[in-house]
Amino acid sequence: MTQDAQDAVGDYKYGFHDPESATIRFDKGLSEQVVRDISKLKEEPEWMTELRVKAYHHFMQREMPTWGNCDSLAGIDFENVTYFLRSSDKTENDWEDVPDDIKRTFDRLGIPEAEQKWLGGVTAQYESEAVYHSIREDLEEQGVLFLDMDSGLKEHPEIVKKYFGSVIPHTDNKFSALNTAVWSGGSFIYVPKGVHVEMPVQAYFRINAKNMGQFERTLIIADEGSSIHYVEGCTAPTYSTDSLHSAVVELIAMEGAKIRYSTVQNWSANVYNLVTKRGVAYKNATVEWVDGNIGSKLTMKYPAVLLKGEGAHAEVISVAYAGEGQHQDAGAKVHHLAPNTTSSILSKSISKNGGRSSYRGMLQVTPKASGCRSKVVCDALMLDEDSRSDTYPTMEIGNPTADLEHEASVSKVSGDQLFYLMSRGHSEEEAMGMIVNGFFEPFTRELPMEYAVELNRLLELEMEGSIG
Amino acid sequence: MLLRVENLHVSVGDTPIIQGINLEIKRGEIHAVMGRNGAGKSTLANVVMGHPAYEVTSGSIYYKGQNIADMEVFERARAGMFLSFQYPAAIPGVQVGTFLRKSVASVRGDAPSPRAFRQELNEAMKQLDMDKSFLSRYVNDGFSGGEKKRLEILQMLLLQPDLALLDETDSGLDIDALRIVAEGINAVSQTTGCLIITHYQRLLDLVKPDVVHVLIDGKIVQSGGPELAIKLEEEGYDWVDALV
Repeated sequence: MTQDAQDAVGDYKYGFHDPESATIRFDKGLSEQVVRDISKLKEEPEWMTELRVKAYHHFMQREMPTWGNCDSLAGIDFENVTYFLRSSDKTENDWEDVPDDIKRTFDRLGIPEAEQKWLGGVTAQYESEAVYHSIREDLEEQGVLFLDMDSGLKEHPEIVKKYFGSVIPHTDNKFSALNTAVWSGGSFIYVPKGVHVEMPVQAYFRINAKNMGQFERTLIIADEGSSIHYVEGCTAPTYSTDSLHSAVVELIAMEGAKIRYSTVQNWSANVYNLVTKRGVAYKNATVEWVDGNIGSKLTMKYPAVLLKGEGAHAEVISVAYAGEGQHQDAGAKVHHLAPNTTSSILSKSISKNGGRSSYRGMLQVTPKASGCRSKVVCDALMLDEDSRSDTYPTMEIGNPTADLEHEASVSKVSGDQLFYLMSRGHSEEEAMGMIVNGFFEPFTRELPMEYAVELNRLLELEMEGSIG
Repeated sequence: MLLRVENLHVSVGDTPIIQGINLEIKRGEIHAVMGRNGAGKSTLANVVMGHPAYEVTSGSIYYKGQNIADMEVFERARAGMFLSFQYPAAIPGVQVGTFLRKSVASVRGDAPSPRAFRQELNEAMKQLDMDKSFLSRYVNDGFSGGEKKRLEILQMLLLQPDLALLDETDSGLDIDALRIVAEGINAVSQTTGCLIITHYQRLLDLVKPDVVHVLIDGKIVQSGGPELAIKLEEEGYDWVDALV
């Protein structure tokens, strides 16, 4: 390690948080006191404390979902989760504890060692701190607020109070209640009227370990006529010793605004990934979710858009890859609540080695929403006989003028495709990797280049069976 | 000897298709195989390439002096074999440019420099009168019959095989495309052994075969020079039936 990097780590460790609270870690399990302690430690305003407590009580009495993979959900041990952890603790994890298969994958993806350690939860990615700050400076010049959620609450409480929970109230579902009670980290972004953030705001989660929480909370507000593309996540496997990840992401696109939110996540195979993502699009606004799910034990995630204003547009493009012992229960929800709103959903899933992927979709058109158009396409690719794919589409159409298209397909890799590619010098694994990458291509091409390259490489590695 | 097929018997499932073929092809030779539908022509090309659906029940195939029974399809390709498919499979989402670059890298064993490859590709595409827009399309996805065949020949030019198996590469081509494809075959045929499967004399007017074989019911019943193909064109296969 260079001296510069060493210095940077030092700065990070000792300069980032209150020194006296730098090693606080709560005991496992949840109680009202834990929730209050989290809020107190963060020196939050009273309304947030009370919201957390209310959410906590709702969480405790709310039933588990009775749909999806109930057997798998029943395996969550809420008492065995650490609900709050100061990020500086994470720097004390031991690199030796990160499983070898994950380390190997890092190597083969060509991820630098410093970043590998960060991804392994061992350290903050100190080398990129400067990059992160320069991104922030660029944005600040345009009047864009871009902070972690805790800082957002401290520095802009009036905006946060107005919008926090306005799209996803704590009563929405059991896991949104849990997140509201114990949230920590995540991003807060406000884009002023008419400002177009040209570059994707990305790499944030790769840079700042502080936001790498299990219960992160993200709120993005694009004011009238503005636009932003936010990129979160990482295609390399994110090793987590904690088995429950439950985030909430709220997007608000005001009149004529556009928000695109791109995610690629690859959790280690012990993680329950239960995320609520929802955006609101007002008149002529656009909300786009580009959502990739790899890994985890069980993922339940259905990015949603409420089309509240006339002419609003929703776009959801998602892929899921379910390997051995994994269940990807993913999809999309679009609610057409205003006239002449349009939506497009493209969902692609791959199941391999007994993995299971489910598409669960909801398309609603309310009676007053005339002249709406929607297209839903879901394609599943099965790589062997042991794997499973299901589709659960729900449509509630209250207006007869709606123009709807729905296409679904389940396919297998054909022997003809394999023979063709192998006759061009590609081994069976390489051929499979090409077919799989091709299948995901409509998703991959929407990603920033470095993510696309990494995702393709990762899928090729998956086909080699070299990673677990 | 580049390819030596010895008393080859091939079945699909329980159905015997090829029933004792002997064949020798040298580098620089062009062999044409003709015969009616179902005679076993495509099976011959596919089994030499190693298609898993075809089972060699007896006999052997030697390539560059080596029995290739245990070689996988991709190993045969890397050893210099090439099959131009009658019905090339579509690979949605995989761009032609990417596919060609990866295939060249796989077969040659190391990737050419991007600049050298681009130049090579440009020349080959120009030779085949192919537009650059091909490169960003998905492999064979939504291609017309003629476009598929051109892509096959483009791959042959880039992969520079030692043995090219061309399975009805001429079918579905208009006369201009046929001429272009024939020029592509002639461009490699000096150094390559070619096995051309065809129904029609018109390709053989443009690509001069050294040997023509007539295949009936899985057996070569007659071999001869280019005049044999002309005779088949004029008289059909009825006279050959008498030879069986």
